[in-house]
Amino acid sequence: MSLIWLVPAFPFAGFLFLVFSRGLSGRRAGVVGSVAVGLSFAAAVAVFAAFSSAPPAGGSYTLVLWRWFSSGALAPNVALSVDALSLVMILVVTGVGFLIHLFSIEHMVGEEGYARFFAYMNLFVGSMLILVLADNLVLLYLGWEGVGLCSYLLIGFWYRESANGRAARKAFIVTRVGDVSLLVGIFLIALSLGSVDIQEVARRAAVSWPAGSTTAILAAALILGGAVGKSAQLPLQTWLPDAMAGPSPVSALIHAATMVTAGVYLVARSHVIFSLAPPVLLAVAVIGAATLFVAGASAVAQTDIKRVLAYSTMSQIGYMFLALGVGAWTGAIFHLVTHAFFKSLLFLAAGVIINALSDEHDIRAMGGLAKKMPFIFWVFLIGAFGLTALPPVTSGFASKDAIVARVWESGDPGHILWLVAMAGVFLTSLYTFRLLFLVFAERKGTATQAATTKQPAPHASEHEAHVERSGRHGDPSAPVGGIMGAPLAILATLCVVGGFLDFPRMLGGAPVITRFLGTVLPPSMDSGGSTDTVLALLSLAVSLAGIPFGWLLARWAARRAARRGEVVAGAGPAAASPSAGADGAAHRAEPRFASFFKRGWLFDSAYEYLFQRPFEWLCRINKRDIVNRASEALGSLNLFASLVLRRSQTGKIRHYVAGLALGAAIILAVAVIL
Amino acid sequence: MTPVSFEYGLALAAILFVLGLVGILVRRNLVFMLLCTEIMLNAAGFAFIVAGARWAQSDGQVMFIFLLAMAGAEVAVGLALILLLFSRGRPLDVDSLSSGEDR
Repeated sequence: MSLIWLVPAFPFAGFLFLVFSRGLSGRRAGVVGSVAVGLSFAAAVAVFAAFSSAPPAGGSYTLVLWRWFSSGALAPNVALSVDALSLVMILVVTGVGFLIHLFSIEHMVGEEGYARFFAYMNLFVGSMLILVLADNLVLLYLGWEGVGLCSYLLIGFWYRESANGRAARKAFIVTRVGDVSLLVGIFLIALSLGSVDIQEVARRAAVSWPAGSTTAILAAALILGGAVGKSAQLPLQTWLPDAMAGPSPVSALIHAATMVTAGVYLVARSHVIFSLAPPVLLAVAVIGAATLFVAGASAVAQTDIKRVLAYSTMSQIGYMFLALGVGAWTGAIFHLVTHAFFKSLLFLAAGVIINALSDEHDIRAMGGLAKKMPFIFWVFLIGAFGLTALPPVTSGFASKDAIVARVWESGDPGHILWLVAMAGVFLTSLYTFRLLFLVFAERKGTATQAATTKQPAPHASEHEAHVERSGRHGDPSAPVGGIMGAPLAILATLCVVGGFLDFPRMLGGAPVITRFLGTVLPPSMDSGGSTDTVLALLSLAVSLAGIPFGWLLARWAARRAARRGEVVAGAGPAAASPSAGADGAAHRAEPRFASFFKRGWLFDSAYEYLFQRPFEWLCRINKRDIVNRASEALGSLNLFASLVLRRSQTGKIRHYVAGLALGAAIILAVAVIL
Repeated sequence: MTPVSFEYGLALAAILFVLGLVGILVRRNLVFMLLCTEIMLNAAGFAFIVAGARWAQSDGQVMFIFLLAMAGAEVAVGLALILLLFSRGRPLDVDSLSSGEDR
């Protein structure tokens, strides 16, 4: 288990290698990047095997590498801590990360900056591993910022398009709001408890902070702020849909599977502090419920395939927060794991579709792909079933139903939250099947023939570089290569069987993850009672009810699109580019309520009027910098004085003599008078 | 012979000094300015003498010897400069010299 340092070391080594070896030709850079993450995964599995065969005392093992810095009482080590929670996280990060790297070898071929992509991805995996393995809050914060940086770099991967750069900056700045909150929270904890070591903090907090004390509430709220920013929850959620400007594997790895779930991890990690602050815990649940509803409703109105999935990610993380808020800690982590499986699968499949259709993002322009891309159709279907929690795909079914049941049982506000969660279940099914029908179902008018033969419309400039990459590009009927297909197949298999990690007891399952996490997180075993069965059946029924409505919505959207064929052709880039889409012609043509949902409940506009505009106004009136005036005044005073005194320097000797005499007379007069 | 009163002596010295100063300020001819400098120096020397007599100390006369020596040196240098300027055909007007019109 002392080899745990290898887990983050491999991706960092891969990153350094890729940065300093210029000109790796062909796919070698991708192979190097994938091997680095693959080795990291192997190391993680080895650590897991060692951990489960001989669990360390106290349920956690800490490897101190070196003293980072020392400043008074604050002396964080660079130390990695392995316990059940971080093990689950590193297995997900390296495992899913490895599959996504593997997929990208083929998927990213021909991109400008192929090696750069893998370098960033490796750096991301390394930072994420530091985040989850960190033994103290300061090191955790380092990883936290590291993943934020990589997210920024990879969203703006196609940096030649200014909209992508804008999306990257937006993601960075919005999450920064949360990061600052987390940092202040860490300061508060360090000041109040005198330690930043995570286990030590938990121990001391339980002793010195009474439940519901102001300090505990403040600390928990500040940590929650950080988690909300990173995990794209209300009210800091606006960056995630725009983050889809990055390549699809980035969306799969960073904005679905791992980084955005860092907030869930953080809250679960500091569950002791949150348990001491019941109001904040309730806030977590309310934020989660609100987000899952808002994001779900927004997803229904999206036309960009990746934005649908982005809002869906937000909504699913909302479920995780809801689970955390009602104290179902293990349920949240379980949903995190299964969500990583099915959402990365969906994103990767979406990436294949987008590439096959010459970078078409608009789902209204798709259709009939089930016949052309049967493999993609099946994996997408499996992912969609996972997302909507429908059996026989077990992953979402097991995890989401567990959360919904725990929410129902959680006491007073639980029933209202449960209603919201059920509404979310319905919305999930609605947008998923709307997407599914629009993309894959055969229909007249807007067949894929139109999409494939159409000119690589204005927005193709976004990807000029990869027009002439793999021959598969722009041809949906070409088969998916093995190196791309294998990760999809593995992820699909994981989706199908993932639920058995914690299968509901009423169906004869065993709570594997719950038991495994029992040493770190307080248990939230499902009672296995009849209530659970009823709740599960109810949520299943609601999910199924969403399917016909999804079909209706899909037909409606397709009809509207067919009526304005030319709009569809141009809507792709408008929807793909972050804020430009807000004023696109396509939006104005839509009914007002649809546009409201499509633009994510107008949060962007609200923030524009609340923060952006006042800030710009302030900048405008302060263009000359009021604070600077004081120092500038000193300068102009000097200038004026020199102008005046310069006139005394006439160069005439008699004037100087007069000056001398006058001065002497004044000095004498002063001496005499005083 | 009655001794000159201290106040009268100082008043005379002050009048001499002011005369010299005014001369320097109003005259533009270098020769006259040099002359006025001498007058001012003599005013200072006279003040020393008067002060020495007042307190019956020889310091005042010693200082006067110093002043004479310094005035002699100063006149030597000043007159030499004036002669040099004159022999080069430059005007002895101090204003036109310092404005540097005809250099």
